[in-house]
Amino acid sequence: MLNRAAGQQVVLQLDKLNKVFNAGTPLENHVLHDISMQVRAGELVALVGTSGSGKSTLLNVVGLLDESSSGELRIQGHLTQGMSEQQRTQLRSESIGFVFQFHHLISAFSVLDNVLMPLMLRFGKPSAEQVAYGEYLLSEVGLTDYMRQSTNRLSGGQQQRVAIARALVTRPALILADEPTGNLDTQTADEVFSLFERFNVEHQCAIVIVTHDLRLSSRCPRTIRLTDGRIVYDGSSAEINNLTV
Amino acid sequence: MSFVSRLGHLRNSLWIEWRIALGFLADNPLQTLLISVAISVGAAVIVFITALMMGLQDNIIDKTLGTQAHIRIEATRQENNLSAIRTGHYVWAIESPRAQRLQTINNWQEVRDALDKLAVLNTVSPLISGPAFAQKGTARASVALMGIDPERYAGIIDLNAYLREGRFSVGASNVLIGKQLAEDLGLRPGDKLRLDAGDNRQAVVDVAGIFELGVGELDSRYVYTDMKQAQTLLDLPGGITILELKIADVFAAEYWAQRINSLTGLHVQSWMESNSQLLNALSSQTMTTQMIRVFVALSVIFGIASVLAVSVVQRTREIGILRAMGSSRQQILRVFLLQGGLLGLAGSLLGVIVGYTLVQVLNNFGGLLFVIRLEPSMLLSAILIATVAGVVAAMVPARRAARYDPAVAIRYV
Repeated sequence: MLNRAAGQQVVLQLDKLNKVFNAGTPLENHVLHDISMQVRAGELVALVGTSGSGKSTLLNVVGLLDESSSGELRIQGHLTQGMSEQQRTQLRSESIGFVFQFHHLISAFSVLDNVLMPLMLRFGKPSAEQVAYGEYLLSEVGLTDYMRQSTNRLSGGQQQRVAIARALVTRPALILADEPTGNLDTQTADEVFSLFERFNVEHQCAIVIVTHDLRLSSRCPRTIRLTDGRIVYDGSSAEINNLTV
Repeated sequence: MSFVSRLGHLRNSLWIEWRIALGFLADNPLQTLLISVAISVGAAVIVFITALMMGLQDNIIDKTLGTQAHIRIEATRQENNLSAIRTGHYVWAIESPRAQRLQTINNWQEVRDALDKLAVLNTVSPLISGPAFAQKGTARASVALMGIDPERYAGIIDLNAYLREGRFSVGASNVLIGKQLAEDLGLRPGDKLRLDAGDNRQAVVDVAGIFELGVGELDSRYVYTDMKQAQTLLDLPGGITILELKIADVFAAEYWAQRINSLTGLHVQSWMESNSQLLNALSSQTMTTQMIRVFVALSVIFGIASVLAVSVVQRTREIGILRAMGSSRQQILRVFLLQGGLLGLAGSLLGVIVGYTLVQVLNNFGGLLFVIRLEPSMLLSAILIATVAGVVAAMVPARRAARYDPAVAIRYV
């Protein structure tokens, strides 16, 4: 599986990336240390580590929700350091899709509107083609019958499926998922994870999933392990699982 | 980016911001309803109290000015002439103020004609006014003779409208008298009345009609006759004592009084000067009304601000996810500004309806002595001000929402 992405375009590239909170103060906290890595289109990467290892901070920096302190971050070849807030927002909306542990759907809108929200924020009223694509994604995650309903009526698993469809609607090159199955039972978590696997193959988007669940991380071809803000392992999931065992 | 494409981008952006703002308001209907009702109560109070005070003030001014001229021009008052004092000399003098005898205005026709040409003046009416006694049998009363040009005087006081008995007729043998005077002397239309202005200048006239101006002093003293009769009785042949003026803008009376004084050198007094106590009371009332309006508006603004501040906290995670999905800080800012504006608009629309209904109820069933007028411009301005106030109130919470760090907001519990 690792080889499937070989030769594909580099979607995400980090070079000696550091993140320091409260720099220069007594509360200084160096969270990420010289992180260097590449993720190519079509890769499915598990980002694992104990709590406080820096996984979520790394995801925030990579997702352009937070800025690095030093080092380089490139998304689809675009160097993000030095970008204005507006440029970062534009690149984020064009290239990155997010799925969070808590789905964060907007209860004031229908299921379909939630899926179309990233497009509506960028383009305004969605075109017929965009609506059709949103409906297609909802049918792909098995929620055709719920399109016009309020998100409040959906179960946790269904809401997370909506969040996945929402992350895909802009056809992003990179999807960042922060413990997307952390709040779901085992069966639902398996179903949701299967969707990631399917879309990874079908849409050829790079997916980075933060997870504590070794069972699910082992289903990713590649695992990156963080310890105290440093990459201590970057390679085959099967290999690290054997080491762990 | 060209101006046209910027405009197109803003239009697209506003479409979704509008939808999100409406969605957020509709998502918490009870909160939205409660604050809308609070705003509407504030708007209704502002509309109602403004209309009531305006109606009351209009009524007081109408009543006051309905029976008097806006500007009165009289002959220059007589003062003592002191002989010139040589330089370096001092003179001690005990001066007694001169008695002001009845004086006529010199060249009053020319002054009248000149004033007729002033577009700001609606009416210029000559008047001969002086003291006399009215007598019926042995009953006597001190009266003010008012010699008028009926056609012009109708522009000062429309006596026809105040006539209670008899007919409108002033002439050599016909007079109009006030209701109180008629009661004091036991007179009815058609009765004879002797007028005595002193120095054996007397006339017996018929009471043609009885008027009621609603001001006791006038109803007990005014006797209207024509100019010639008054000139004869008061021994002012061809002269007049007063030129009375009505002006289009009543509050410009003092300005024009001063201008006419400087142009003619005559003694000119505006209604504002002669009713300074009333004006003081009216301006105090206006200030009180303004204070009430300001404090009600402030409470509405703080109400909207507090509800939106709570909403911003409640929606922290949604704001975070919107930012993560690509919305800009400006979009988040506008979403909350729109909510403030929408709350102000909806609340004020409701408030204007309530205020309008209250006014109609008072006008029809309140037993008021005057009619409260509601100008459409006042209602529109109330809606506009409330909507703008809503946007202003939303500034602080909207800026706070726009400043949220999306990475922190998403994890907000």
